[in-house]
Amino acid sequence: MTRRLLLLAGLCLLVLLLSGLSLMAGRVWVPWSAWTQAVDPRWAIIFELRLPRTILAMAVGAALGLSGAVMQGYTRNPLADPGVLGVSSMAALGAVMTMYLSLSLTTPWLLFGAAMIGAGIGVAVMLALAGGTGGTITFILAGVILNTVASAGVALALSLAPSPWAAQEIINWLLGSLADRSADDVWRALPFIAVGSGVMLMLGRALDALTLGETGAKALGIDLNLTRVLLAVGVGLASGASVAVTGMIGFVGLITPHLMRPLVGHQPRALLAPSAAAGAALVLAADILVRLTPSAAEVRLGVAMAAIGGPFFLALLISMRRRLA
Amino acid sequence: MKDLGPRETGMSDLVAENLTVALGGRPVLARVAARFRPGEVTAIVGPNGAGKSTLLACLAGLRRPDAGRVSLGAEPILGLAHRQRARRIGFLPQTPEVAWAVDVETLVGLGRTPHSGARGLSDADHAAVRAALDRTRMSDLARRDVTTLSGGERARALLARVLAGEPSWLLADEPLAGLDPGHQLDAVDLMRAFAAEPDHGVVMTLHDLGVALRLADRVLVLRDGALIADAAPLEALTPAVLERAYGVRAAIVSGSWGPLIELIGRVDD
Repeated sequence: MTRRLLLLAGLCLLVLLLSGLSLMAGRVWVPWSAWTQAVDPRWAIIFELRLPRTILAMAVGAALGLSGAVMQGYTRNPLADPGVLGVSSMAALGAVMTMYLSLSLTTPWLLFGAAMIGAGIGVAVMLALAGGTGGTITFILAGVILNTVASAGVALALSLAPSPWAAQEIINWLLGSLADRSADDVWRALPFIAVGSGVMLMLGRALDALTLGETGAKALGIDLNLTRVLLAVGVGLASGASVAVTGMIGFVGLITPHLMRPLVGHQPRALLAPSAAAGAALVLAADILVRLTPSAAEVRLGVAMAAIGGPFFLALLISMRRRLA
Repeated sequence: MKDLGPRETGMSDLVAENLTVALGGRPVLARVAARFRPGEVTAIVGPNGAGKSTLLACLAGLRRPDAGRVSLGAEPILGLAHRQRARRIGFLPQTPEVAWAVDVETLVGLGRTPHSGARGLSDADHAAVRAALDRTRMSDLARRDVTTLSGGERARALLARVLAGEPSWLLADEPLAGLDPGHQLDAVDLMRAFAAEPDHGVVMTLHDLGVALRLADRVLVLRDGALIADAAPLEALTPAVLERAYGVRAAIVSGSWGPLIELIGRVDD
């Protein structure tokens, strides 16, 4: 117990350090000394550009890390996360639809609403497709179906886009980035991410009990229907709002629980808070690296995460295969 | 079955009335009625697909029958809150799944789920976990990863998980399947000791008729979802019942240590 608290404290410290670094780092390096002098013009860079970006990186990372831990716990599948199971794609489909209809510019909150509803529907459909059996394979298959349908919808919106600019906007958004986000974006995303994460943190007991399978959890007095509703609402709000504000950033939810398991063990409840903290640290670190990469245009965060996540996924598969062999 | 008046209804009897379940048009349980009393170890036997597991799931309140009902004392079991039901009925599923590589103590701690709050296990919960580990002689293995246990140790750990919940009824689906004779006897001893506690009872499905004959207080025989015998072992497992249930010719012979079932062969029809 104390070891877990120490680890959590360590992770929070890491997040704090990284967020300090995130405020300083970028094209223009703003040292610590500039912070104290309000007359320094670089002050604007920090508060107008880097502060929202830093807060969003933390919030989105925590939401995705937690969503991954919750989904892996519920499906009893170490390969589950909002991206693999099609929840992120469904959120993206919702968001892209508002962009296609050009509603996103006039009423930005619509994009958030559509993304969260898309994510919620994604979780609900995934649960319905996988059915009560809850086998590992059925969840993955349900994810494949959702991903296929959602990408087809996005492709349709792209091909029918009213103007090249609309198509460009959609593509740019899909790639996933935290660049040029404003305080407005923070206020739109943060409440939903907070509520969604709160709902997910309530699932610890149920996820632990699901270690014994659905029958086992039911026998232990867990209301599985309530669990499913909370899962859909929690993951829907948190990962939906995350996708709405950053576009598609994959692998965070997949990787973080795996990074935490050697440190806190496999118990699903024990993984929740550390995964959220580690997700925040991971996205912060990736976003700092993206800003420091010397290239003409900033490398997209979604692309960078995929570059890290792809090899990780491969290593995971190889180690799983070795264990099964 | 004779209708018992309220005065004769035991406070913690588990009662099945008229239980009927159909799956895809095929009847799985047909009007099954039975009363289970504390202090008894009851074995449910019958051929594959006779509806044993379905009956047990209905008794545990995990499955809603199409007709009929199960009550615990005076209350219908499906009317109980999930947690209340889980505190009173411990259920050990057939081939239980353990999805994550947790240690034995954590696994056994899951048995406390119906008692524990959102903040995790209390001191009382930890005490119950330790007692369950002691009873199943798993204390030395408390820190071991469940995935590294042998079949017998794993079965003991899962039984400890149910005992940790301190239920008054233990419902076990094929608890002896896959255990060697020594571990089978250990498991039966544990269940007999459990049923001997005040207001405690055990219901289990069994494949091994010999075990049912010698170690149960009462045997229920199911065939195609219907109850064809419900009595003390020697009265339930008669050659006539075995022929009807399994289509085999058998004799009950007295061995040196008690009655034995001798299989003679298939009934040729």
